[in-house]
Amino acid sequence: NPANRQSIKQTNKHRVEFTQLAAEYKAVNLGQGFPDFSPPQFITEAFCKAVSGGPPMHQYTRAFGHPALVQSLAKFFSRIVGHDIDPFEDILVTVGAYQALFCAFQALIDEGDEVIIVEPFFDCYQPMVVMAGGKAVYVPLRPVSGTAVLSSGDWVLSAEELASKITPHTKAIVINTPNNPLGKVYKREELQMIADLCIKHDLLCFSDEVYEWLTYDGAKHVKIASLPGMWERTVTIGSGGKTFSATGWKVGWAMGSGHILKYMKTIHQNSIYHCATAAQEAVAQGFEREHELFGTPQSYFQQLPAMLHHRREKLASSLKGVGLQPIMPEGGYFMITDISSIAVDFKDSDTKDENYDFRFVKWLIKEKGLATIPVSAFYSPEHSKEFDKYIRFCFVKENSTLDAAEEILKKWSQNESSH
Amino acid sequence: MSFALQCLRCSWLTRGSAAITCRRRSFSTSQRLMMSRHTHAKRIQGLDKNVWVAFTSLAADPSVVNLGQGFPDIPPPSYVKEALAKAVSVDRMNQYTRGFGHPPLVKALSQVYGHVYGRPIDPFKEVLVTVGGYGSLFSTMQGLVEEGDEVIIIEPFFDCYVPMVRMAGAKPVFIPLRLKSGKKSITSADWYLDPDELSSKFTSKTKAIIINTPNNPIGKILTRDELQMIADLCIKHDTLCFSDEVYEWLIYRGQQHVKIATLPGMWERTITIGSAGKTFSVTGWKLGWSIGPQHLIRHLQTVMQNTLYTCPTPLQEAVAQGLMLNMELIGQPECYFTSLAEELEGKRDRMAAIVQEAGMTPVIPEGGYFMLVDVSALNQDLSDMKTDDDDDEAYDYKFVKWMIKKKKLAAIPVTAFVSDQSTKDFEKYIRLCFIKQDSTLDAAGAILKNWCQTNTTSN
Repeated sequence: NPANRQSIKQTNKHRVEFTQLAAEYKAVNLGQGFPDFSPPQFITEAFCKAVSGGPPMHQYTRAFGHPALVQSLAKFFSRIVGHDIDPFEDILVTVGAYQALFCAFQALIDEGDEVIIVEPFFDCYQPMVVMAGGKAVYVPLRPVSGTAVLSSGDWVLSAEELASKITPHTKAIVINTPNNPLGKVYKREELQMIADLCIKHDLLCFSDEVYEWLTYDGAKHVKIASLPGMWERTVTIGSGGKTFSATGWKVGWAMGSGHILKYMKTIHQNSIYHCATAAQEAVAQGFEREHELFGTPQSYFQQLPAMLHHRREKLASSLKGVGLQPIMPEGGYFMITDISSIAVDFKDSDTKDENYDFRFVKWLIKEKGLATIPVSAFYSPEHSKEFDKYIRFCFVKENSTLDAAEEILKKWSQNESSH
Repeated sequence: MSFALQCLRCSWLTRGSAAITCRRRSFSTSQRLMMSRHTHAKRIQGLDKNVWVAFTSLAADPSVVNLGQGFPDIPPPSYVKEALAKAVSVDRMNQYTRGFGHPPLVKALSQVYGHVYGRPIDPFKEVLVTVGGYGSLFSTMQGLVEEGDEVIIIEPFFDCYVPMVRMAGAKPVFIPLRLKSGKKSITSADWYLDPDELSSKFTSKTKAIIINTPNNPIGKILTRDELQMIADLCIKHDTLCFSDEVYEWLIYRGQQHVKIATLPGMWERTITIGSAGKTFSVTGWKLGWSIGPQHLIRHLQTVMQNTLYTCPTPLQEAVAQGLMLNMELIGQPECYFTSLAEELEGKRDRMAAIVQEAGMTPVIPEGGYFMLVDVSALNQDLSDMKTDDDDDEAYDYKFVKWMIKKKKLAAIPVTAFVSDQSTKDFEKYIRLCFIKQDSTLDAAGAILKNWCQTNTTSN
């Protein structure tokens, strides 16, 4: 008998399903959210250096975070958050940001608690809330009406709608900025609105900021934990994988006031306990280097967004060329595109009960050899039909991959115009 | 800066009188915090302390010879380190791999264990890669154990089993290994499971029994007959078996490690756990695996999908290569699966000898890299240890703290691995780890030799 807590809807299975389909059809893969280029040399060198370090590099390190790493994270982020972060009390290193999220939900959400999730949301939040015995309450970002929706900045959260979702059972709100899949970078005023509600109703805030260094067009990433009254109630989550384009290293962290982090440590010590030593040492070295180069052109945190800025433009123009309407992301790895202007005859009757965007994505893989992810996968069941005309592209890819995608899109638009 | 921030900053930056003033001023803030709903979920109630938290910092003093925590200070084989460095230089190896296990690794595991089990093992459905053996234990508990279940745990046990069972909402039911009567224990084989006692622990609520063979901390290897007895009960009561076999390769001369999953009727109800860290002396890589039937493994996979999704890629690639390399060498002296055990047997015997020199009695382990040591013959006077904890602290806890402070030698108290009911049976033992380089064992030897001499002169 499987444990009852396994009655979690397997929302993440789409990732597995589409990956398999993409491989089967040898599709150009703009679905999966990871780079197909290598991490920067300085970080892979740091890893190799760690590997050839003494025996301690291959044995258990401090369970809550390798000292070199927590110290470099504390040093680096203290000046950004505007608060002296204690490396040993206020930081927990985890196996990717994913495990940090898991620790937050398990440590702080109990049977009957409600958790507000802003949609569209990275799909793991919902099953994690359920696994912790909580209830997910959704509030969607909505495109502003009346104007052409061209940017992720045109999707906003209604203060009234958000406030209306808060009940005496609400324990926490989860935000993700820059957002996956939309790419929205919450402005200071928007975060202030959320902060005001958190303080008024004494809520916790889980802020997933894994894409924090990837902002475009001058958008500024603001940490909600740096707003007055928020440090003591916010868990801020970060990712070494996204920071250094090495998603396969699975080094993440949670940062926040020690009185909250200590509960997450208890979950961590009774589930995983230690994270891999050498990978942590390498990420620590990465942050040391970035600390020295912060704000300068040699900083990877300047170079990567600059490089991705162009890739983003390139993909957007390819999509417009075939009549699709991309929504320019202010940040992150992804771009969503409105597909409602394209009429497609799905000959596949097997999928007729699925959401439109799911059918579209499968059709796009099979018929055009291009892999993406349907955006309604990032919505609750109650709202998914409202938002089923969008698909998500990852543009954090080599130029050759984006060129291949462009070829496919060009051929497609030529086919369309020749009919 | 806000008032709240000011006070938070003040209270941790300053100690002493300034902090007191700050505390008075910040009372309303802390009052607000205390009255807030920033309380933890019930599932972690009482699970915050553990023996490692207590002893790791004590033993971290570099002047202390650390035979406490269970990890090698010997280097891992060079080919695994090389494989890791090589993996990092391959672009694709730095990005996410398959969630349930990197294909080269699950295939290597399927091959190695297919050979060991004598049955085909499906790499994609019957194997899950996890963050250490620890992560496998967690995925197993979360995937298969429910609120209200009972889980039988054999004492002494690796200490994480109890909090994991509790976190799953279940109740641990203990059965101690007992010492054969009339024997002053000399080997781990002198500890046994009483069949009637074991049988009495199975109830209609029993979901699983956890076994650990070779056992940490005693080093006992469950015999085929003992495993058959456990298997018979599992089949009779239709319970699961979680078999923690992380030390499976560390078997000493004359011993045989038997996998309970190979006994008739057991494959379909057993999850077997292994560890790259223990196999290749790379505990800091934190990779492990669960092997079992698809209908059970799929629940562990669901847990994985909702907890950390995937394990690090380059580490998995390197372990895969290490396994394939040794697969070719099985039966040959260079095979690490057997050569490490040979190396450790020498260290085991050396450790036993130097411990005896100090007047302590070792329990020679049949497997694993720990040794229980009976310190009762020393009748050590611990009165000069100011106990800041209550007087109910078990003898071995007091002894180890004293030994770290006075003798600069660290061990782990064995009652950390038993329930309260069994404390009195185990509090005369401390646990030493002997997977240490010769210089560490030399240093321990010097302390133990000196100890004996000090005792002699003080009499």
